Amino acid sequence: MSTRRQVALFVTCLVDAMRPRIGFAAIDVLEAAGCDVAVPQAQTCCGQPAFNSGDQADAATIARRTIEALEGFPFVVVPSGSCAGTIRVHYPELFADDPVWLPRAEALAARTWEILAFLDEVCGWRPENVALPTTATYHDSCSGLRELGVKAQPRRLLREVEGLSLKPLAGEETCCGFGGTFCVKYPAISNAIADEKAAAIEASGADLLLAGDLGCLMNMAGKLHRRGSPVRAMHTVEVLAGMGDGPAIGEEE
Amino acid sequence: MSGGFKQRAAAALADPVLKTAVERTAGTAEAKRALAVAAFADFEAARTRAAAIKDHVVANLGHYLEQFEANAVAAGAQVHWAETADEACRIVVDICRRAGAKSVARSKSMLGEEIGLPHALAEAGIERVETDLAEHIIQLADERPSHIVWPAMHKTRDQVSALFRARHAEPHLEETIAAMAESARRHLRAAMLGADVGISGANFLIADSGAVCTVTNEGNAELSVVPPRVHIVTAGIEKLVPSMDHAVHMLRMLARSATGAALTQYTSFYTGPKRADDLDGPEEMHIVLVDNGRTKMRAEGLAEMLRCIRCGACMNHCVVFRQIGGHAYGGTYPGPMGAVLTPAFDGLAASRDLPNACTMNGKCQEVCPVKIPLPTLLRGWREKSWREGLEPAGTRGAVRLWAWGARHPGLYRLGSAVAVRAMRLFGRGWISSLPLAGGWTRHRDMPAPQGRTFMELYRRGKRA
Repeated sequence: MSTRRQVALFVTCLVDAMRPRIGFAAIDVLEAAGCDVAVPQAQTCCGQPAFNSGDQADAATIARRTIEALEGFPFVVVPSGSCAGTIRVHYPELFADDPVWLPRAEALAARTWEILAFLDEVCGWRPENVALPTTATYHDSCSGLRELGVKAQPRRLLREVEGLSLKPLAGEETCCGFGGTFCVKYPAISNAIADEKAAAIEASGADLLLAGDLGCLMNMAGKLHRRGSPVRAMHTVEVLAGMGDGPAIGEEE
Repeated sequence: MSGGFKQRAAAALADPVLKTAVERTAGTAEAKRALAVAAFADFEAARTRAAAIKDHVVANLGHYLEQFEANAVAAGAQVHWAETADEACRIVVDICRRAGAKSVARSKSMLGEEIGLPHALAEAGIERVETDLAEHIIQLADERPSHIVWPAMHKTRDQVSALFRARHAEPHLEETIAAMAESARRHLRAAMLGADVGISGANFLIADSGAVCTVTNEGNAELSVVPPRVHIVTAGIEKLVPSMDHAVHMLRMLARSATGAALTQYTSFYTGPKRADDLDGPEEMHIVLVDNGRTKMRAEGLAEMLRCIRCGACMNHCVVFRQIGGHAYGGTYPGPMGAVLTPAFDGLAASRDLPNACTMNGKCQEVCPVKIPLPTLLRGWREKSWREGLEPAGTRGAVRLWAWGARHPGLYRLGSAVAVRAMRLFGRGWISSLPLAGGWTRHRDMPAPQGRTFMELYRRGKRA
């Protein structure tokens, strides 16, 4: 009998559409960490855009579909603190008054992990023979940080990447101004916040920006590029999977 | 403060002076709070206790209100109950009239702003002197506070200097902060000593003694309410704590969360009017306990908001507030706590932008000394706004379409596969302009998608 952990990968809608590399990097590192990885085909989006827009009915419908799609796996792993937080923290809130779905939502919540926390805490995994000779800085995305306590785990993992030097980022825990639909509902405010974040990233002196959420990364990378900054950006699992020498966000193969 | 939220926010974003002023004050507060919290033995446990104290009071409000009233009356104070803002103002104005008051000295109180007391006093022809330095500046400028702790945080020193020169009888002669403060002191001290009535708010009402607690850093509350013949307190009913022990715990949380100080310069407790052998003090003390929607908030899912002790930490740490300042919010209370309170006071239809203009980053909840789940409460307003059809049709349509797709995995796969190909028609690498995504590309570039979705590649056994 296999002692490998059975993991369902919840890809997230943004990774699915915008940057599949992150999904494949996630599969690679999970396999390296001793997991068998399945990608349930009935998954789509966790429903956060509806949930945070106040559309509870649609959010609950999507949540029920997601719960069904991900049941039966001992672990569900998500390459995003924001989407993992939706499943772990907010699904049980959505079904607080639903005796049928609450236990199912809570069971899924208990099995769901943000990928960097999972690799570090559950698998005790460390990258081996992964090298990326560059200087990077790390932004703590808000949902992962405050809803799931993702803070030390990515740094512990990145410390093992040969040649990678992590530079401190002033205001590393300050929101980048993405906020899901916020960035298009209130673009001017979002822009002002993103601009300050980009300036802080540039001031860090790092060549590469790392984080654990594609939404935040697209916002920061898009702002950096508009400012003409040479700082590149990618998801932390890409680096951990040894794909750090590939195209960064906004670069073609 | 005209126009909608977005117009006000745009004006604020275009004002570099405002940005500098907000950043200076809120940034200092943030840094000092962090030091104070780090030096505190177990701030997390203290937050938990503070939240529990307030929850207990809010759950047993009737009990503590009665106890407070009985003890305040026993100490010689008169207690008045106001259900609405108008009623509260009427009670205050009536007391002033009965006292034959021509002038009142008022010590900063956000509740007074909330109920519109400055306006009510003006209508009644009663001269009002704001004695808090920042409120004094605001009064001279005929503006509203932009922060609940630093009402004039949006004003620069040069603007204040010009105001003082124009309005003080003996303004400062040299352009130093000390000279400006002295000018305000000369002006305000005379007004305070000459006032017929002193009005203060309350930071805490102590149930088991009937005492009213105020905190200031300027001592203006004391000088506003002790010399005049009559002291009027206006306080929200959620200001209660059971005992002095509880008040002391809350004071430790309040000062640290607001400014990073261990305690404010002045912390005073007022129990009843002047007694027979007291050397000074007012002849009458009136306490106006104001509901103004608070029991409704408690009943309608906002009980946790009644924990709020008005420290301002949530706004000091809010990325949105730090960009747009307080006036853009358009209500009495700005920032995250204001975005929860204003829809309750002013109606959701007039303020639906406030709970939406938040990135849900959770920092406000993290620094709140009484652990108010501000993002959850803001989301509650979004849900109500959605249910009541107040959200713009475009937003509703887009979210519903998306949600419909997300429920149909097969169609969703097809739709996303088409969308990522379509996006690449607008550029490779970086896209600088994208239809339907102007909110994004106006300010930042959009990375072109890889061209195939993860699910397409995965099912074909391909790698990215």
